[in-house]
Amino acid sequence: MSMTKARVAEVAVGGVEPTPASPPVRTNTWRRALRRDWRLYSFLVAPVLFLLVFRYLPMAGNVIAFRRFRPGSSIFGDEWVGFYYFEAFINNQAFWSVFWNTVILGALTLLICFPLPIVLALMLNELRSRRFKRVVQTISYLPHFLSIVIVAGIVFQLTSLDGTINQIVRAAGGDAIPFMQLPEWFRTVYVSSEVWQTVGWGTILYLAALTTIDEQLYEAARIDGANRWQQTWHITLPGIRPTMVVLLILNIGSFMAVGFEKVLLLQNPLIYSTGDVISTYLYRVGIQSAQFSYGTAIGLFEAVIGLVLVLSANVVSRRLVGASLW
Amino acid sequence: MVTDLAKTPDIVAVRTAGGTVKDSTGYRVFRVVNATVLTVICLVTLYPFVNLVAKSFSSEGQIAAGNVNLIPRGFNTTTFQAVMSDPMFWTNYKNTVVYTVVGTVIAMAITSTYAYAISRPYLKGRMFFIGIAVFTMFFGGGLIPNYILVANFLGWRNSMWAVVVPGALSIFNLLVMKSFFENFPTELEEAATIDGLTTYGVFARIVLPLSKAVIATMTLFYAVGLWNSWFSAFLYLDDKDLFPVTVYLRNLIAAATGSQEVTGGAGADAVQIGANIQAVTMLLTVLPIICLYPFLQRYFVSGVMLGSVKG
Repeated sequence: MSMTKARVAEVAVGGVEPTPASPPVRTNTWRRALRRDWRLYSFLVAPVLFLLVFRYLPMAGNVIAFRRFRPGSSIFGDEWVGFYYFEAFINNQAFWSVFWNTVILGALTLLICFPLPIVLALMLNELRSRRFKRVVQTISYLPHFLSIVIVAGIVFQLTSLDGTINQIVRAAGGDAIPFMQLPEWFRTVYVSSEVWQTVGWGTILYLAALTTIDEQLYEAARIDGANRWQQTWHITLPGIRPTMVVLLILNIGSFMAVGFEKVLLLQNPLIYSTGDVISTYLYRVGIQSAQFSYGTAIGLFEAVIGLVLVLSANVVSRRLVGASLW
Repeated sequence: MVTDLAKTPDIVAVRTAGGTVKDSTGYRVFRVVNATVLTVICLVTLYPFVNLVAKSFSSEGQIAAGNVNLIPRGFNTTTFQAVMSDPMFWTNYKNTVVYTVVGTVIAMAITSTYAYAISRPYLKGRMFFIGIAVFTMFFGGGLIPNYILVANFLGWRNSMWAVVVPGALSIFNLLVMKSFFENFPTELEEAATIDGLTTYGVFARIVLPLSKAVIATMTLFYAVGLWNSWFSAFLYLDDKDLFPVTVYLRNLIAAATGSQEVTGGAGADAVQIGANIQAVTMLLTVLPIICLYPFLQRYFVSGVMLGSVKG
């Protein structure tokens, strides 16, 4: 979760890496470099070891999607089985049910949680009182800092039979609804909590982009007789378009990985028909039922879809609007 | 509206600090609506917190009757006493503190040394060392390969290391620190070398003391993440004495909502006590974050900005 956010912020900014000014190309051999800068290289030992063990070893561990894995034996599995595990889940009705749940939940989250921060940032931008603006920012950023466990706890409290939402339902003359036990309510509850938690914080990069728009453009537009709405449409929105495109691409990339931890905390067997997604299904069959290879195959499938989505979104946006991640 | 503005091309009417001195009627109406909507958004965002506080000080009966919203009903502090008298709560709270401190120290050690090394333009193989880090942002081992590594291969089941080590390097934080360290010119090092400082000396005595702002920001990034984390502890720890408070809270909520399922959602006693105690436990868990919030907000925003203006 936090990783995804970090990614958003990082790449939103325009690109992954600046190239070094001028690589010293002379007769700079490795041996000479090591002898000269061995203290600097010693800084790299622990981090590189860390990356190897905790990032690249699990990456290689994906190979057990194609191999039979036995607990206690090699972490890379025992013998090749080809696409056996992939065929297993593709022919499994339960998998397709969670697959479509993931697509629907991901699409709803994207459709609602992507545009709202833009709207909120534009609204904040129209405020003249700096103090009021700061108060709104302070309050709307707050949910971002809460543990997902707390967020889930708050959701349960508000939607419980004696909670605030049901008090409103009763006051309006209805009967209390057991929201967390009805499959038809899960998506609404999930997306609402996601809005509460992420929209305020999501404005930061847009607000930063808004400050970079040249004030003279607005003056010129005003002299040409543009009203506020026209200024917003023709100057403000194009000004933050690069930020919008980058964040949209990243959101599309994390489409399949819809808030695993939050769904896991909110779901229960009564609402699996809408509330079970690929990642939680994978957790249940892969870890709780210890079907490691089967689970890894599903995880790999999900990761590849994510990668394909991000790459194609990148290509499409480069063709259409000329902005892209790389 | 357009003509209204066009008729007044005098200097006074030119846009000042995000607005015009003389607004059209439509825009004035918009501003009122805008301010109202933003106020409502703030109230809705704050409501769950207020409700949580109100429930913490209310009696079980009043919560069960659906009477508690903004103000505590049946005011009492016995729930606080009940929660705080559970030794397991304090054991787990202490675990959270230990995991946060140890995890942050490990993460900062790895991140700052790595960032410094790859920030030096003369480092041979620099692009390789940057590349192997950035690549992990786009592709990684899934849940299960990671689980096999930590639980089976390293044997860290029921060990603090399973919670604090695997997340010790955030690539975003690494890149932010790297771009900050790039502001230190190589000449500075050369001058320090002439004065008899080694790379270690330069790093410890010059670079780190001059990087307090970025170090504070990164420390808070890691610390808040660790304080709030629950899943790796939930995954790798079975021993209740090792749980962080987030897992304690998660189990409390699961027990309460679980019993709700069993009893078909009707007002069973266990559920109501749960609602009460849940609120207090949540409040106590979130308290340090709320107390530090003014700091957190400033540093987090500046950290994200730092990331966004780099390059």
